[in-house]
Amino acid sequence: MFKLDHYQLDNRLKDISLSINAGEKVALLGPSGGGKTSLLHALHQRSSGKICADQIAWCPQEHGLVESLSGYHNIYMGQLDKNNALYNLVNLIKPLTKPKRAIMALAAELSIAEQLWKPVSQLSGGQRQRIGIGRALYRSQDTFLGDEPVSSLDPVQAQMILELIIKRHQTLVIALHNRQQALNNFDRIIGIKAGKIIFDSPAKELIKNKYQAGLLDSLYE
Amino acid sequence: MSNRYISRSRNLSLAFMIVALLCIPFADLIVYQVEPWDELSRMGQGIINPSFPELTLLANSLMITVAFALIAVAGAACLGLLLALVFHSRIVRIFSASIRAVHELFWGLIFIQIYGLSATTGVLAILVPFTGIFAKMFAEIIEQQNVTPHSTLSRKTDRFSQYFYTWLPQAWPQLVSYTRYRFECALRSSTILGFIGLPTLGFYLETAFKQGQYDEAAGLLFAFFILIATIRWWMHLNWLKAQWLPAYVLVPIYLAIAIIVLPDSPQVYSSSLVQFLTHDIWPKALLHADMAGSLDWYRHQLFDVAMPALWDTLLLSQLALVLTGVLVLVFYPWASKAFFPAKFSCMRGFGRTALLVLRSVPEMIFAFVFLLIFGPSAIPAVLALALHNAGLISYLLMRHSEQLGYRADSSTGLNHYFYEVTPRVYPHFLSLLLYRWEVIIRESAILGILGITTLGFYIDSAFEDIRYDRALFLIVISALLNIAVDSFSRRIRERN
Repeated sequence: MFKLDHYQLDNRLKDISLSINAGEKVALLGPSGGGKTSLLHALHQRSSGKICADQIAWCPQEHGLVESLSGYHNIYMGQLDKNNALYNLVNLIKPLTKPKRAIMALAAELSIAEQLWKPVSQLSGGQRQRIGIGRALYRSQDTFLGDEPVSSLDPVQAQMILELIIKRHQTLVIALHNRQQALNNFDRIIGIKAGKIIFDSPAKELIKNKYQAGLLDSLYE
Repeated sequence: MSNRYISRSRNLSLAFMIVALLCIPFADLIVYQVEPWDELSRMGQGIINPSFPELTLLANSLMITVAFALIAVAGAACLGLLLALVFHSRIVRIFSASIRAVHELFWGLIFIQIYGLSATTGVLAILVPFTGIFAKMFAEIIEQQNVTPHSTLSRKTDRFSQYFYTWLPQAWPQLVSYTRYRFECALRSSTILGFIGLPTLGFYLETAFKQGQYDEAAGLLFAFFILIATIRWWMHLNWLKAQWLPAYVLVPIYLAIAIIVLPDSPQVYSSSLVQFLTHDIWPKALLHADMAGSLDWYRHQLFDVAMPALWDTLLLSQLALVLTGVLVLVFYPWASKAFFPAKFSCMRGFGRTALLVLRSVPEMIFAFVFLLIFGPSAIPAVLALALHNAGLISYLLMRHSEQLGYRADSSTGLNHYFYEVTPRVYPHFLSLLLYRWEVIIRESAILGILGITTLGFYIDSAFEDIRYDRALFLIVISALLNIAVDSFSRRIRERN
């Protein structure tokens, strides 16, 4: 599904070879500046085979929200392609019943129902992050690529929303900074440091195997 | 800032200075023996004792000035937004570049031939070039927005929805503030259109000037300043606590009033338009399919009329550009908080008012006064262009210098100027100046209407002699010059 073969990007990614199959749930771990974001961008742009970039729910680190629009409209953007321009334009002026019902239900699950109608410029970091996730979920795709999607949330909420994201997608590649979150929720963990893959192993092995656990520690040294 | 960057800024500034110095021997910079003191003292008296024309006449000309500007800006902003949507198309870019390369006054002179001295002429003369300006600026503003929201959309999203959900809402505050700034420019253009006979403030201003009634001219000029200075009060009624009248309600109301106060437009017969387009603007030889004759005609116009005028325009604008730069560096600190903090607010207030006056007085007025002092050479034009543009750029640079953060222990006085502020604002200063280059060339052409031998002089005379073929040819030449300078300055900006 995703395949990189000796991939180079300036000096940010060095000789990356990687293949991710449909149905895998992959977490990327590593120190900041190590190349997680660059790798996600590479996967997003160079996705090959059956899948094209258009079939990916993409959740970038900097959220990419439109500040002056409400949370509702930012989430609605996930399905702009499903309707014609006139429908979208009317919805911009007066939210239409059908998308409104769907998005309000989604907002309730993300506990941002109260903030849904404010301009996102007035929201806190955690609320903005959940609007960004809402938009990616509203895309309703099988594949999810996310760059630290729950980094600004408290641990309980982060776990809850991570579970929601995992439940809604078959294939996931998510960069995380919390290794417990990664080990608890994902099947496969890839460690990246200084633009190189340090290890690529099943989560189970990392928990059981002493040597493997040592690799995880070395990632942050 | 890297070393290479500093040396580039320095080289660019030096190159411009040297070119300007080389221009001096060729430019017509003779001070003619004139006896301006009598005239100037009467002007001074006029400024001290302004008189206002009849109230109905003043009110009427003010309303028409505002109405032309408002309707034209509203129309041009909408059209410009639509063009910005398809600005990636080369044809649209060339189209916008060519309509904005022709000055409002020349558009006015063209439309007068078709629609006479009517409201249609007044509105179109501003609307057409402003559409080209809006298209370019709106497209640039939209291009500067964050691309991340767009990257999360499905690529199958239609262009229209992409535009309305990601680019437009992000760019909106900048688009509105640019449109507001353009409205101020449109008020100036609308006033200037009076110089070619439309019933705006400029018409009475020119009459008063020409007849030496300086008290009345001063009164009209003050009315114009008050108009410009109060825009923010009548565009936002916040001070009235009128929350129920936000801008998107207010603007349509003003537009409706503007349409009502427009003077009547006489009936235009489409035959006169056809006659103008198919007959008047083409040389006779060409109409008679006389190829040799028309080639001769074009050769004569190009080498005997256009080239000397082009040369004069270039010399003059080059000198004006460099003088503008020098003046800006002298002017900007006097109005900036970076140099005059709270306890010197009096000095700052004075500086700001001076800059407001410099940038609101149309260049034509400056040129007129300097013509009296120095006689008919290039000096009045250079001074007029430099003062007006220095007022505008100093204001923008002053705002920029206030937005930079300074260390609490940073130096003061001249050291502050030379080591702290000026080096930091210099790149912005150069880019503003390069942006303004095209405008200076455009405006230098229109000073020709006062008799300074730039392209505008020959265009105006051609219209007066009813030689539309020559007028159109020269307008095309001046448009090409603008487009060339614009693309040249863009290339320099990109390199820097």
